Amino acid sequence: MGEPILSVSGVYKSFGHVQALKNVSFTLNKGEVLGLVGDNGAGKSTFIKVLSGVHKKDGGSINYEGKEVDFASPKDAIAAGIETVYQDLALAPDLPIYSNMFLGREMVRPGLLGKLGFVDKQAMRDSVLTNITKLKATLNHVEQEVGTLSGGQRQSVAITRAVIWGKKVIIMDEPTAALGVEESAKVLDIVNEIKKHGITVIFISHTIPHVMEVSDRICVLRLGETVADLKTSETSYEEVVQFITGSKTQINRK
Amino acid sequence: MTGKTDTNIKQTFANIVTDYWIVLVFLGIYLVFVILEPLCLSLPFWGSTFNYMAEILILGVGVMFVVITAGIDLSIGPVEGAVGVAAGLTIRSLLPVVGNGWAIIAGSAVGLLLGLLIGFLNGIVITKLKLAPFIATLGMSVILTGTGYILNNGLEVVGLPRVMGKIGNFTIMGFMGFTTIIALFATVVFGVLLKQTRFGIHTYAYGSNAESAKRAGIDVDKHIIRVYMISSGMAALSGVLLVFRFNTGSPLAGANVTLYAIAACVIGGTSVMGGRGRMIGTFIGALIIAILVTGLVMLGVQTYWQQVSTGLIIIFAVYADQIRQKKALK
Ligand SMILES: Nc1ncnc2c1ncn2[C@@H]1O[C@H](COP(=O)(O)OP(=O)(O)OP(=O)(O)O)[C@@H](O)[C@H]1O
Ligand SMILES: [Mg+2]
Repeated sequence: MGEPILSVSGVYKSFGHVQALKNVSFTLNKGEVLGLVGDNGAGKSTFIKVLSGVHKKDGGSINYEGKEVDFASPKDAIAAGIETVYQDLALAPDLPIYSNMFLGREMVRPGLLGKLGFVDKQAMRDSVLTNITKLKATLNHVEQEVGTLSGGQRQSVAITRAVIWGKKVIIMDEPTAALGVEESAKVLDIVNEIKKHGITVIFISHTIPHVMEVSDRICVLRLGETVADLKTSETSYEEVVQFITGSKTQINRK
Repeated sequence: MTGKTDTNIKQTFANIVTDYWIVLVFLGIYLVFVILEPLCLSLPFWGSTFNYMAEILILGVGVMFVVITAGIDLSIGPVEGAVGVAAGLTIRSLLPVVGNGWAIIAGSAVGLLLGLLIGFLNGIVITKLKLAPFIATLGMSVILTGTGYILNNGLEVVGLPRVMGKIGNFTIMGFMGFTTIIALFATVVFGVLLKQTRFGIHTYAYGSNAESAKRAGIDVDKHIIRVYMISSGMAALSGVLLVFRFNTGSPLAGANVTLYAIAACVIGGTSVMGGRGRMIGTFIGALIIAILVTGLVMLGVQTYWQQVSTGLIIIFAVYADQIRQKKALK
């Protein structure tokens, strides 16, 4: 089904002596959800940071929308329609919720004031409020400083931000890590919802049942390498876990 | 949902006190001075207080942007000195050619541009060579101190047009000097820049978490360079104004003010950890430092005590701020 939006092959990346990524490869169709799984330190976050322009890859290729890309900065990835919920959330704790959601793309006032960079705080507050309500996020005061929010609420801010701006691809690095049962379920709902809008999602989680529930494909990383690139409908919880732990490899599957 | 659900008057009052407590500190200090010496109520007292405040405020307004980004600019004082000498020399050498007016304009422009250039260089060293702001601006400060002396063989630049002194010491209503008016104007303009514009938001964002700002797609290097240009540009403005006020360009100008300017920010609640600070705070900070000088002079106390008391206020203000923030985070 569908046309490929992202095709990654042989991506590698090292930090000094640490080879974080050795060979990451997978293909993903437009509007699909990819579950990216693997043990701690497998390279999931490093890979998505390469994809979102935080790190530069040392080699391999990333083909996005039919073009070879190598984002030099997060700005480039954002411009290409890729939004990311980072594992560390990448929020500014001293700024209020609404400023965080509009960070780097603040709404400006109409006319000359706007040209001078005057922001339209009221419009931003209103817009954020609408989105919070739409996504049923448990944030009740858009003026609240992010540093004073609970861990789960912070995660909500980061997720909401990505959903508001994500035009083509939304990457979520462990978006449910700090969330309770109910909140996690909401995030899965959100993933299903954005998928309906034809947006492609990369979903990273250690909670395999969550991944099985929302994903169309699953890519398993182990020690920086893709060890399995599976259709979710053709695999099982047990098999995914076996790939993660290394008790099964793609070769002996065939 | 956004509105204040809590309209409890007591609560509102408590919020005002926690938000503006530094104003109360200022009023307290002033009250003590007035009780001990009623002449502190006079207009001339305010005149000299404002005069003294103006320089610290102009520098403080600029360096505040740097402090909010969790940086520091140690070169602002030396910028004042070097710029003063450079502006003075430019004016003096152009005088015979273009006459007073144009010479003064050209000299002031050279001074300001030099300030912006120095800020640009600071920014480049910090963002491209990745030196810590402390080191980069410490180096720059020593370079500029030397340059200030080299430019005119260690001497003051004298023989500048008298009219400069007239402008520089122009006073309205008997207490608002030329420099004070510019300082207040700059405070408002940069206060608006900080509070109402994307530039301001990005400044806070960078100081709050530089990596987050970058990941949000902000061109952080460009931003930081501009922030250091503001700091240094304001120092240059102050340097030029000093030339007007004293009718000389002195390499000694700005020898002691760097830390006072940073102190004004800190007393006013700007966090050296970055991400926080309000312009009104910096204004009050500069005012407190100034009134400690003029008030103690009025009381006949040795001015060295002013340094001691400023130091105590810095420690007290930052400690109180920490307590306040811990409370807010509870
Ligand atoms: N900036 C860095 N400098 C040096 N090593 C790094 C850096 N970032 C990641 N690494 C290393 O790369 C490897 C992969 O880390 P990464 O964060 O991508 O793992 P992960 O799969 O996201 O793990 P987790 O599930 O714990 O989040 C680890 O060995 C890590 O120590
Ligand atoms: Mg990770």
